[in-house]
Amino acid sequence: MSQGFLKSSIGKKTVMALTGIFLISFLVVHCFINSLIFFNDGGLTFNTGANFMAHNWLIRAGELVLFAGLILHIIQALILTIENRKARPIGYEMVNGNANSSWYSRSMGLLGTLLLIFLIIHLTHFWVKSRFTGLPGEDANGHENLYAVMQTTFTMLWVVVVYTLAMVSLAYHLLHGFQSAFQTLGLNHKKYTPLIKNIGVAFSIIIPFIFALMPILMYAGVIK
Amino acid sequence: MGSGNGELLNLTLKVWRQKNSKAKGSFETHQLKGISTDMSFLEMFDVLNEKLISENKEAIAFDHDCREGICGMCSMYINGRPHGPKHAVTTCQLHMRSFKNGDTIIVEPWRSIAFPVIKDLAVDRGAFDRIIASGGYVSVNTGNAQDANNILIPKTAADESFSAAACIACGACVAACKNGSAMLFVSAKVSQLALLPQGQVERKERVLKMVQQMDEEGFGNCTNTGACEAECPKEISLENIARLNREMIGASLT
Ligand code: SF4
Ligand code: FES
Repeated sequence: MSQGFLKSSIGKKTVMALTGIFLISFLVVHCFINSLIFFNDGGLTFNTGANFMAHNWLIRAGELVLFAGLILHIIQALILTIENRKARPIGYEMVNGNANSSWYSRSMGLLGTLLLIFLIIHLTHFWVKSRFTGLPGEDANGHENLYAVMQTTFTMLWVVVVYTLAMVSLAYHLLHGFQSAFQTLGLNHKKYTPLIKNIGVAFSIIIPFIFALMPILMYAGVIK
Repeated sequence: MGSGNGELLNLTLKVWRQKNSKAKGSFETHQLKGISTDMSFLEMFDVLNEKLISENKEAIAFDHDCREGICGMCSMYINGRPHGPKHAVTTCQLHMRSFKNGDTIIVEPWRSIAFPVIKDLAVDRGAFDRIIASGGYVSVNTGNAQDANNILIPKTAADESFSAAACIACGACVAACKNGSAMLFVSAKVSQLALLPQGQVERKERVLKMVQQMDEEGFGNCTNTGACEAECPKEISLENIARLNREMIGASLT
């Protein structure tokens, strides 16, 4: 692919779409592993999954790619936002945006910023502990006990509230982002586009919902 | 006039006034009395301008030509929306029956770095012309005109091309877009030719050049909000933008 393409508006958008789809695929894996807590077996199954993820070299390498993708998604978004601001130096006195588009499609930058703030909090809660500062001992199977960290973290009400609100932001970010990525890549088809849009809506609701259930159910003591 | 119910409107108009492209500009408020609901929005402006002229004031500059929704010249941003509150109409085809007695109407020019204000509500849309000049053309055979039926075109391609060709280059898509993106316009112009056999010769070069020109003019980047499609008076579809993306990615990869 030529250098010119990546500098063009459509090229930059393509980067947003590809990194976006990549981050979506990560969400699937993350959601799947975390859902192991729903076995409600004191975290034994979950810790087995988490241990596999922590010690498999392929996954660790993937983690680096993941961070690279995330950073690219953020930087490209910043560049696009700055350029888009410049495209209208004098704004309108009155804008009736709701007449022609959804609020969340117009607020991807705001939703993304909220998600970034959440991500920093989230990483300090779990990732930093599991990779650097260490976990509190082992479970009955001799696995590092990441589950115990979840248990203590989700006893704090503010954490549960922040996580739940972040998942609402994620839902809206995905609601626009999922189908938008396909549109940007030019993957538009009379037959398949309605299907993609429906899958996008389902994905945007289901995944954040499952994620949000985790802190809520642990806080409520349903999952012990 | 027409079949109206004879209702007359009293309106408050807040109109953008700007001497020239360098001047700062500001809003000016005017009261209008007895406006017929049968009038078009531009006719209402004619009434206002006659009033201004009779008061020895300067008339408000605004673009218009055909006044029947085909030339794309009229360009007013009315109460927060390009071409006003109605779906799929140009400003010239908007009627005063879309407003209520006592309404305040805010009228602004298209706002885009690529569309500098010439005066008041008139903006320079030369950027669109330069995009077309960069690649929106086809090569044709010289000599005798061919029989039109020599070239077979699938009905669906002809229809899609035709609906893309309905774009009147008004710029409402740019005006509506929160990013000031010209993607809907460019996608219509690229699609219209890419779908037809006559457009194949310059197909790759066309999309590369037109997108490059679009970017150089300073238009923003599309974020697929769909505001353009919703506000386009000719109902140009977002599918054209997907096609433009496809054409661009394809032309850059190969
Ligand atoms: S795409 Fe629609 S809104 Fe944009 S210039 Fe063409 S006719 Fe006007
Ligand atoms: S004046 Fe020609 S389209 Fe409105």
